[in-house]
Amino acid sequence: MAEPELIVEQEFQYSSLYDQGQTAIVGMWLFLAQECVFFGGLFLTWIYSRYWNQAGFDAGSHGAQLWIGSINLGILVTSSFVYACALAFIQAGRPREMTWALCGVVALGVAFVGWKLYEYHLDFVGHFWVNDPDFPIKGELEGGAKLFWAFYWTGTILHAAHMTIAMGLVTYVIRRGFRGDFTAQYHAPVEVIGLFWSFVDIVWMVLWPLIYLMGRMP
Amino acid sequence: MSTTTTVEARKVEESYLSDKFTLASWLVTYDHKRIAILYMISITFFFFAGSIAAAIIRWDLIVPEGMLKDPETYNRMFSIHGMMMVWFFLVPSIPTTLGNFLIPLMIGSRDVAFPKINLMSWYIFVIAGCVAFYATFVGGIDAGWTFYPTLSTGYSNSFIKVAAAAIFLVGFSSIASGVNFMVTIHRMRAPGMYWHRLPVFIWSHYAVSVIYVLATPMLAMTMVMLFFQRQFGVGMFDPQLGGDLVLYQHMFWFYSHPAVYIMILPGFGVISEIIPCFCHRKLFGYEFVVWSSIAIAVIGFFAWGHHMFIAGISLYSGLIFSLMSYVVAVPSAIKVFNWIGTMHKGFIRFDAPMLYALGFVLLFAIGGLTGLWLANLAADVHLHDTYFVIAHFHYIMVGGMVSALFGGLHFWWPKITGRLYPEMWGRAAALIIFLGFTMTFAPQFILGYTGMPRRYATYPPEYQVLNVLSSAGASILALGYLLPMVYLPWSLFRGPRAPANPWDATGLEWQTASPPPSVNFITTPIVTTKPYNYQEPEVLEQQRQNG
Amino acid sequence: MNPPFDYKPGLNFNLPVAANFAVTTDHIFIALLVLSSAVLILVLGLMFTFAVRYRAGSPLDRGTLLNKTWILEIGWTSATFLGFVALFWWGGRVFLEEFRPPPEAIKIYVVGKQWMWKAEHPGGQKEINTIHVPINQPVQLIMTSEDVIHDVGIPAFRLKRDVLPGRYENMWFTADTPGSYWLFCDQLCGSGHSLMRGQVVAMTQPDYQRWLEINGTSIGLVAEGQRLFIQFGCAGCHGGNGTVRAPSLAGLYKSPVPLSDGTTVIADEKYLKDSILFPKKQVVASFKPVMPSFDGKVSEADLEKLLAYIKSLGSEHVR
Repeated sequence: MAEPELIVEQEFQYSSLYDQGQTAIVGMWLFLAQECVFFGGLFLTWIYSRYWNQAGFDAGSHGAQLWIGSINLGILVTSSFVYACALAFIQAGRPREMTWALCGVVALGVAFVGWKLYEYHLDFVGHFWVNDPDFPIKGELEGGAKLFWAFYWTGTILHAAHMTIAMGLVTYVIRRGFRGDFTAQYHAPVEVIGLFWSFVDIVWMVLWPLIYLMGRMP
Repeated sequence: MSTTTTVEARKVEESYLSDKFTLASWLVTYDHKRIAILYMISITFFFFAGSIAAAIIRWDLIVPEGMLKDPETYNRMFSIHGMMMVWFFLVPSIPTTLGNFLIPLMIGSRDVAFPKINLMSWYIFVIAGCVAFYATFVGGIDAGWTFYPTLSTGYSNSFIKVAAAAIFLVGFSSIASGVNFMVTIHRMRAPGMYWHRLPVFIWSHYAVSVIYVLATPMLAMTMVMLFFQRQFGVGMFDPQLGGDLVLYQHMFWFYSHPAVYIMILPGFGVISEIIPCFCHRKLFGYEFVVWSSIAIAVIGFFAWGHHMFIAGISLYSGLIFSLMSYVVAVPSAIKVFNWIGTMHKGFIRFDAPMLYALGFVLLFAIGGLTGLWLANLAADVHLHDTYFVIAHFHYIMVGGMVSALFGGLHFWWPKITGRLYPEMWGRAAALIIFLGFTMTFAPQFILGYTGMPRRYATYPPEYQVLNVLSSAGASILALGYLLPMVYLPWSLFRGPRAPANPWDATGLEWQTASPPPSVNFITTPIVTTKPYNYQEPEVLEQQRQNG
Repeated sequence: MNPPFDYKPGLNFNLPVAANFAVTTDHIFIALLVLSSAVLILVLGLMFTFAVRYRAGSPLDRGTLLNKTWILEIGWTSATFLGFVALFWWGGRVFLEEFRPPPEAIKIYVVGKQWMWKAEHPGGQKEINTIHVPINQPVQLIMTSEDVIHDVGIPAFRLKRDVLPGRYENMWFTADTPGSYWLFCDQLCGSGHSLMRGQVVAMTQPDYQRWLEINGTSIGLVAEGQRLFIQFGCAGCHGGNGTVRAPSLAGLYKSPVPLSDGTTVIADEKYLKDSILFPKKQVVASFKPVMPSFDGKVSEADLEKLLAYIKSLGSEHVR
């Protein structure tokens, strides 16, 4: 039996902060793999259902607010860029700049959610909620249009939930940033949560054409 | 985050069980071993909930007109049985208990990669279990565990939504475990523990984790859509509203078929540990056993359609799925042959774990061979949705996975608890379970071939004799399951103390104390050989001659 | 319900073999049984032999272990694989045949609903929970459901097919032994699932003709469809002498139809049904989308009659 004093100095595999950070990044990539399948299931059913109800989907799509969706796309792409800047800052050993950049990311996230809520408001006013009795599209296209809006609500609500969680996580990183936890050597949480933020951004990049563009194709 | 750099010296020599005794030390522990015990207690609870429903099902089927006299209650019972057994017992069974306990020990690590997420997954599991318990026992789900629309969306009570939420939640727990195990196996192996030195148990759990991570989210999305359809009347799966019924089945089985491999791959892992140990012989064809696990995990993703041969899919996709089902059966056959090969020229002992393992090989072989019947398109048309299917998957799930769980539990019981279980009782229970199981499910093959449909609360009288036989077998099986529930807890208090390596087994988990200290290993183990390095017979012979 | 069967209560291993596919499927079953038993006996035999011969207490000299096992491994892997492919091929051939009805088959419409079966013969004869069929003549079941998924399973014919709302599923058989056989609902359909049993009564040709005459209604499906064709006003445009230009329906069934969006579809049952209910969904090329929707105006039963009529309009039926 080894002496207890020896044990205190015993290094276990991958016990350094750097290795722990790498481990966390591997974990996040795996988590994103499952997210891909999760949203992949939605996109697959979406496209499959559209194939069978194309006219209805197109009619429903014309009710969606293309301009808000596009503004939101711009906001999210910018936010990912700002996040990438934050990561570059901390890699260069500048935690203050990183923290402020992350504040910008959260602000952009709030702007996204704000626009999204305004869009939801317009959708409600336009009676596009799926079981609204005054659903504007009637007749034989009604089924397909309602199906489109069912996918619209499912997709955007799930995306908004992801956005909210991501904003919470970035806020947590900001708090730790202000505490001075991160250095050029150790900033794994910034990178891990950045991966998640970019993923949520990419989901919108798929949702945007599905919602706004496919129905407007000539 | 992962292990800390230093450990307080005084904690090192204490076992994980005697570390602290407060309730909080268990409920907020990050120790993978204690989390495994928490899981073990909770899945035992759900196992009994599901078993009681099964007992009521078998009781109902004693007479053709049904003892319950109420088909609605019968439907609720098999829905409880399915939901509890699939998501709250079989899917988490071996990975979260034995897997959680043994993966770090077997690869020479102090803990899993994300101990906090490990604990979180247990909490999510318990919450989801409570929600499911509420949905099935209080709400009375009666659409079976598969929730096919339009029965579930239009002709069943609204607790379907609660059940969908429970399944969505338990998916998080599965995914968290899967990510955790994969990262642990990738990043936390001891020095010298190269990939082809990993025990098959680890490989199996790696394969299972792949399925956990890549299949579960599809089910989660399906449940979201089912929930929306039920809650808001949207029609993703409703043909009246432009949706597609069969689409639901595709999405459901895209998860639930790989989930079948979640339920059996860990069993393969356990058996591949037990057989070499009790044959005192290295595993025959290690590489083939390992890569067949990976092959099952990968090909298993492309065989889901055999649940739907007659469900209205195109005839040609039926052909593809039939072929893929046969292809995925090849690796399973390889494993059986290799286990038999391992027994060749061994020094075989027949302790309780080995009896379970032999029972596993036999029952799994029957389950696998009848799987060939169901993968055959024309044969499946006749056998689909009959008791033949029930018998087939119970041979795999109960005869296979539960035997493996019990075998593994007995095998590692000394390691987990530091106590030896009474060997005679262990052997007796193994035999009773084998006999009870065979008597319960073998008649169901004949019932199925002669046409008795599944999920029938009442049935034509010509099926009665076999049903009574099956119900009688079920009572023997129940006795077999109750026995370990008595003598295993008894051994916790009265069993003799276990040495570190009671079975004379290889593997890192046997090189630390029984029960292991909180930090698993006092010093970092260094691996220099392949697994199952049981002494070769000629070496033994030489030792004997040298005196 | 317990129809008067020739089964006796008690052990029943003798599932009747009463149709063409029962014979071919049973050949596969025999092959599977022989193969499975052989493999099982091999596994069991080796296990017991090794268990006795190499038990720990046995003083037997173990000699040296096999070192090169690759040939063995590859051998049993490829043997297994080839055997499996053969089984797949055999089953697939029978399966493809089971669900491709020959054109001359008698078409019987079957509708499942919670919890009963309704059947309608080409001559308009209707029955509940029973389907009378002649022997030695192909019979096609065209099946649909009104509510949830059901399943028509006839064990004595070794046939089974899910019945889905909003779709028509097909299967066919040629019964060869007179008698009555179970018809089970094999897909969970609610609390009455196990009571949704019926029977298929196979009769000799003369018996079947007599049964048709006794139960016969004067107008068949096609004739009734023709009446509805006029009643719903279809004939006004599609009849060939109306003022509105509409595509002719003669010889339409199973023929390719060019659509206004440039694609082409085959006019199957689903297309015909959709075109009646949602005419604007798929508009025939060079026609204006002027037809009104009949969604909610035509019942499922009437729709079937209309379909039967439209399908009967061969090219020689040009008015």
